[in-house]
Amino acid sequence: MRNLPYRDAIREALIEEMERDPDVILIGEDIGEAGGAFGVTRRLQRQFGPERVYDTPISEEAIVGAAVGAALVGARPVVEVMFGDFVTLAMDMLVNQAAKTCYMTGGRIGAPVTVRMVTGTAGATAGQHSQSLEAWFVHTPGVKVVAPSNAGDAKALMKAAIRDPDPVMVFEHKLLYGRRDPVPDQVDPLPLGVGRVVREGDDVTVVSYLHTLYAAVEAAESLEAEGISVEVLDPRSLVPFDRGLLASSLRKTGRLVVAHEAPGRGGMGAEIAAVAAGEMWDCLRAPVVRVCGRNTPMPYAPEMEGFVIPDAGRIADGIRATLRQPAARRPWS
Amino acid sequence: MNGMIDQALGLEQKIDLYRSMYLIRRFEERAAHLRQQGFIPGFLHPYVGQEGVAVGVCAALEEGDVITSTHRGHGHMLARGADPARMYAELYARQDGYNRAKGGSLHLIDVELGFLGANGIVGGGIPLATGAALQKKREGRGRVAVSFFGDGATNEGSFHESLNLASLWSLPVVYVCENNFYGEFTPQHKHQPITEIARRADSYAMEGVVVEGNHVLEMREATLAAVERARAGEGPTLIEARTYRHRGHYEGDMARYRPPGELEEWLARDPLRLFEEHLRAGGVNDRLVEEVQAGVEETLDDAARFAEASPHPLPAEALEDVYMETHDGRALR
Repeated sequence: MRNLPYRDAIREALIEEMERDPDVILIGEDIGEAGGAFGVTRRLQRQFGPERVYDTPISEEAIVGAAVGAALVGARPVVEVMFGDFVTLAMDMLVNQAAKTCYMTGGRIGAPVTVRMVTGTAGATAGQHSQSLEAWFVHTPGVKVVAPSNAGDAKALMKAAIRDPDPVMVFEHKLLYGRRDPVPDQVDPLPLGVGRVVREGDDVTVVSYLHTLYAAVEAAESLEAEGISVEVLDPRSLVPFDRGLLASSLRKTGRLVVAHEAPGRGGMGAEIAAVAAGEMWDCLRAPVVRVCGRNTPMPYAPEMEGFVIPDAGRIADGIRATLRQPAARRPWS
Repeated sequence: MNGMIDQALGLEQKIDLYRSMYLIRRFEERAAHLRQQGFIPGFLHPYVGQEGVAVGVCAALEEGDVITSTHRGHGHMLARGADPARMYAELYARQDGYNRAKGGSLHLIDVELGFLGANGIVGGGIPLATGAALQKKREGRGRVAVSFFGDGATNEGSFHESLNLASLWSLPVVYVCENNFYGEFTPQHKHQPITEIARRADSYAMEGVVVEGNHVLEMREATLAAVERARAGEGPTLIEARTYRHRGHYEGDMARYRPPGELEEWLARDPLRLFEEHLRAGGVNDRLVEEVQAGVEETLDDAARFAEASPHPLPAEALEDVYMETHDGRALR
């Protein structure tokens, strides 16, 4: 067991998969000698050569499209989208091409491409370098969506994503790259769709992921003093989503809070709330509460940014609200 | 038209080219009729008039080479050797169709043939072919990718990004622009400020050539030269194949936007007619041509019968094939 930064764990996954399978290639902007904007691919081009680690022009559609095209004929490409926001320039290749390959070939072939989405705010990164766009892909049948929140999960899920026969979007939060967590010496791929109980509790279930997960844990810890016992779940992958884990937790707590950095409207939290309300309604004892990014673009000023993204205080308020009467006014609204 | 390579082409091979062109022509004309009769529910974008391009290009390819196609893709697929019966079955939206009735005309695909798909997105196949070429280059077996697209697609970012990337990396890809002088309903002079699309190759330090697309043997020779360069590691080529669609953008388009007399001019240069003249000049008699035509009609009779006999899909089959992999033993949706 080592204490490894998230960034290094992802790099180890890439290295081990590249060593295992010669068809695994990396492609992206500045991922070669520069090692990627966040250092994830540092030294990989030196280790594997330019025929495995492709440093590209700034051409997102061609990068993602070339990865998808290579995947159709046998490659296992891993794309780095330097800032996830730039995926807007490659949406056709993901949404219209890769996502439809399996379906429109009647299941004959897939497009096994992994897209690493550098996600979320890193502090004053503003409207075009901060977004959390996972809901767009959750809403696109044919792609899978992974959101690891610690180094060990990042390594295990990255391996699973690369080996997966379908397109997988892996969301990596910028503020997690430097975070250290214990990682076993040997990490096997973790099946997608298996969530994790981060913290056990009895009164309220909080589902959260990526960087916001730690705000949720902080909120849970702070509420101990008020005698509120909070269970925190990390779904780890959003598609497929671990419904079973959510159901077993709600059977115990009956109360649900969902927290994420992406705007609430039309977000993953809405989907989780709908799953709970539609399939686990008999467990629910209070309205589901979402604590999400506000429905604004990401502002630049730190005080505004802090207001927009959920923090432990706002999540704690949300948790308290589920323990009141359903009609109670929610303090964050 | 009578260069060295043409000389090397025997009569039997020329008859094969003619058969392929005639098959495309009649496949499309019959499809129009079958659609009118109500057998085909979706869009059709007929390839009639452009047969020389698809057949000439595909005659220069070998097993293991791959192509990407367009919304006007039937010709490319038939020229690559696809089964017209399974193509009709797909157009009829039946279970035996190439896409199990999940694609239709715009999404026909047969990866085993190296046909990486028609495409509903203008320019959508260009990055895919570029990526396929990247993988072919990595495999080192001298295989190439060909991307067909129209004049309209050369105004898409995907075209420019892909050509830049392919030239930069010397990828074994041949870009075949079928300039039929219309982007959907808009004539070329109203959608781009240039007349010679092949010159766009200059921006990417790439070889660009203009070919009379209605001359199948010229098309084949130009493609052979481009493919030879690609196989030799000398990089991509942009071929501008000048041709014309006889039937408008889609089946049912009256094409009233065409100036009077234009169609007639092109009908005089109909690729089938030109090639028939060439064959006759080379001593092929009418009886042989008629035999070939009768054989094609028989094939298409059988194909339409096969399509009509193929079962309709069950509505709930819509839920299958969203992903290659099941999740907890169930289809993931």
